Amino acid sequence: MSAPNGIRSYRLRVWRQPGPTAPGRLVDYTVSGVDPGVSFLEMLDRLNEDLVRKGEDPIAFDSDCREGICGTCGAAVDGRPHGPQPNTTICTLRMREFPDGVTITVEPFRAKAFPIIKDLVVDRSAFDRVISRGGYISVNVGSAPEANLVPIPKDIAEAAMDTAACIGCGGCVASCPNASAALFVGAKVRQMRLLPQGDAERARRVLSMVEQMDKEGFGDCSNHGECEAACPKAISIESIATLRREFLRAALKG
Amino acid sequence: MTLTSHVPSGPLDTAWDRHKSELKLVNPANKRKYTVIVVGTGLAGASAAASLGELGYNVVNLCIHDSPRRAHSVAAQGGINAAKNYQNDGDSIQRLFYDTIKGGDFRAREANVYRLAQLSVSIIDQCVAQGVPFAREYGGMLSNRSFGGAQVSRTFYARGQTGQQLLLGAYGSLMRQVDAGTIRLLPQREMLDLVVVDGRARGIVCRNLVTGALERYAGDAVVLCTGGYSTVYFLSTNAVNSNATAVWRCYKRGALFANPCFTQIHPTCIPVQGEEQSKLTLMSESLRNDGRVWVPKSSDDRRAPKDIPESDRDYFLERIYPAFGNLVPRDVASRAAKMVCDEGRGVGTTRLAVYLDFADAIQRLGEDVIRERYGNLFQMYEEITAEDPYHAPMRIYPAPHYSMGGLWVDYNLMSTIPGLHVLGEANFSDHGANRLGASALMQGLADGYFVIPYTIGHYLGSGGFGAVSTDHQAFRDAEHAVEENVRRLLAIRGKRTIREFHWQLGRLLWDRVGMARKADGLRDAIDKIRALREEFWQDVRVPGHGQEFNKSLEMAGRVADYFELGELMCRDALEREESCGCHLRDEHRTPEGDPKRDDENYAFVAAWEYAGNDTAPRLHKEPLTFSNIQLATRSYK
Repeated sequence: MSAPNGIRSYRLRVWRQPGPTAPGRLVDYTVSGVDPGVSFLEMLDRLNEDLVRKGEDPIAFDSDCREGICGTCGAAVDGRPHGPQPNTTICTLRMREFPDGVTITVEPFRAKAFPIIKDLVVDRSAFDRVISRGGYISVNVGSAPEANLVPIPKDIAEAAMDTAACIGCGGCVASCPNASAALFVGAKVRQMRLLPQGDAERARRVLSMVEQMDKEGFGDCSNHGECEAACPKAISIESIATLRREFLRAALKG
Repeated sequence: MTLTSHVPSGPLDTAWDRHKSELKLVNPANKRKYTVIVVGTGLAGASAAASLGELGYNVVNLCIHDSPRRAHSVAAQGGINAAKNYQNDGDSIQRLFYDTIKGGDFRAREANVYRLAQLSVSIIDQCVAQGVPFAREYGGMLSNRSFGGAQVSRTFYARGQTGQQLLLGAYGSLMRQVDAGTIRLLPQREMLDLVVVDGRARGIVCRNLVTGALERYAGDAVVLCTGGYSTVYFLSTNAVNSNATAVWRCYKRGALFANPCFTQIHPTCIPVQGEEQSKLTLMSESLRNDGRVWVPKSSDDRRAPKDIPESDRDYFLERIYPAFGNLVPRDVASRAAKMVCDEGRGVGTTRLAVYLDFADAIQRLGEDVIRERYGNLFQMYEEITAEDPYHAPMRIYPAPHYSMGGLWVDYNLMSTIPGLHVLGEANFSDHGANRLGASALMQGLADGYFVIPYTIGHYLGSGGFGAVSTDHQAFRDAEHAVEENVRRLLAIRGKRTIREFHWQLGRLLWDRVGMARKADGLRDAIDKIRALREEFWQDVRVPGHGQEFNKSLEMAGRVADYFELGELMCRDALEREESCGCHLRDEHRTPEGDPKRDDENYAFVAAWEYAGNDTAPRLHKEPLTFSNIQLATRSYK
């Protein structure tokens, strides 16, 4: 074990795949001189700088805000979406979590509904299509009433915020043995169910979102609970219970 | 070129209403015949695209992200201002207007700011109706907190994720219009040129970031909502993909660039820790509601913060600015932090940090209350620094955050190129020389939900221009220029990485056109930037090829533009022989060392016109006149 501030080295096994239809494989790299305070993605930046200097192709991975809120980044680290630390995205995961000298395997999020674009980058536009089918309240600009007209109890507002915190990263799908999007869809359905403003479209919303979710090729939920454990925003599987209840209610009412 | 702001004459408080009643309209059945290209899906872009779609326009909406929900507005933490006066503490439209004008050190256009304050109240109504889960009181009513530069509580918030929640609200409205077929959504597209036909903005050329293919889109108007340019400094609070390319290419096509040197350095960021760092993380200004900023009184004091008694601490913001205390505006707080660090009183290993201490607030309110207010921010701080801010003070330091400067627009948010409208952070209009906290979200949404739906109708309704196809020579020329630029970048095959160049440029800009500027430093910086730009075009290594997903190529194009933008920032800073807001010229200080504004000679917007890569740009001035307020020395003491 090295000193806490000691510079570290790692052996990385990274999924390389040149394009959507090309075959992929795990390739071994060594990265050294890593400060334990840097993020996992900064460690990959460093490796990429080395690769470019050597004339090799850098590893393609996506990221943007690098503070855990935009949901752009995402890869499986040793098989776990966003890596070993709970409630953390891979961009805020620090290398101090990894002892010096270990081997780390990095793979893209794997799901039928998330086709690979290149290396660690996947296409998650399926999520946008699900949201487009009802993940909102239909209110045109100009027709909103005074904001304080409808009181919302503090605990209800807080519970809605708990599920609204979803960043749409897809970690839940990647962690699920069935590649189900139930947590993602449930979080949005639950937010809208909790708020009085969402009531008018209650049945229509859940039916069309679930229909689109199935169309995109996401699997069914079979209560593994892996999604909740992988979620960087600690969204509870209570959302899935809400999704089921709302779906059943809407389906029975026809 | 004369800059006409199109601000209506007459009283300020009825200006927007009168203006709206005079704007031309487009018949509902005719709206779908007009195509509007909206670039960007942050708060300004998503709200503009959604609103225009709702009205029935045919909207093409592009973004560089894989989903519109990821635009960098998502990272805004603290809140959004609105003059609701729910707290009964004396707020009003006039007061929000005045605070914003004063906060910007009297360098913003009065009529735009007044309109912004008026529209602020409707924004909150709209967002609540969309299901944005704002913080609430036990009685179910909306809650507020305080932000810098104001003595009232008018900031609405959703924990430390206000930007995310407002963006998801706008994104939901956008996706609803995608479903309704009024918006054609094109993610993973980077705008690389503006197409101007017969003097009007008629389309864009962009690169499909997945396939690498260049694509052309034609329309009747272009609405640019591509955010700010603080990434020019390399280390900033902006996302790694935030960039200046779209605004820069518009500038090179004839849109004037206003006040490029007005860049906000945010006082409360986690300090730089090492050279490997890819970006800096902001700690919301809302923390200054309860956190107290201090350093040791003596520069020799190397004790741990908990061992330094009250008598040996200098709560310098409270000491210098007793009226506003820790809630002074950002430029003032940043400058004060720099000053105490320059005196050698900075803390931490680099000594480029000050303490932000919650001990008093925790003792007064309890840890649970502080956790409820700022839990996610404290968690973020701990993740990055491995220190627990509940038990030891945070260490913070200023970092580049926001650009008040941007493309020049008139009262209708139209640039100097007819048809090219610019919204949100990408324009220059509302924040003068310093933006107050919680005002960026307000401006993005005001522009998108409540201004552009009216003003674009006026432009389109004025008519007089026919259909344009993407086969037009102007499209072919623009695409050829983009293609040539990509080819050149890939052909260099030099030895140094893109990051090395960007880092070097960023350091130079931070030193010379950051928190303090002076003439010789700026002149020298211009020479150095030019030399570095030359080296870049000879020695940069851009791996891969153009016809693929290629992050390096994307970044190379952006960095190439940063050299040119950086030079313009220095020129603008050199030209402005005064200190105002974020722009502190060492030569222009009062005898006490405070910034000294020069209203007689510099009460204008500096708008720069491109004149060629190696020719100095031309300066145009829009005089700033104030009818509603008295120009005064800004004081927070």
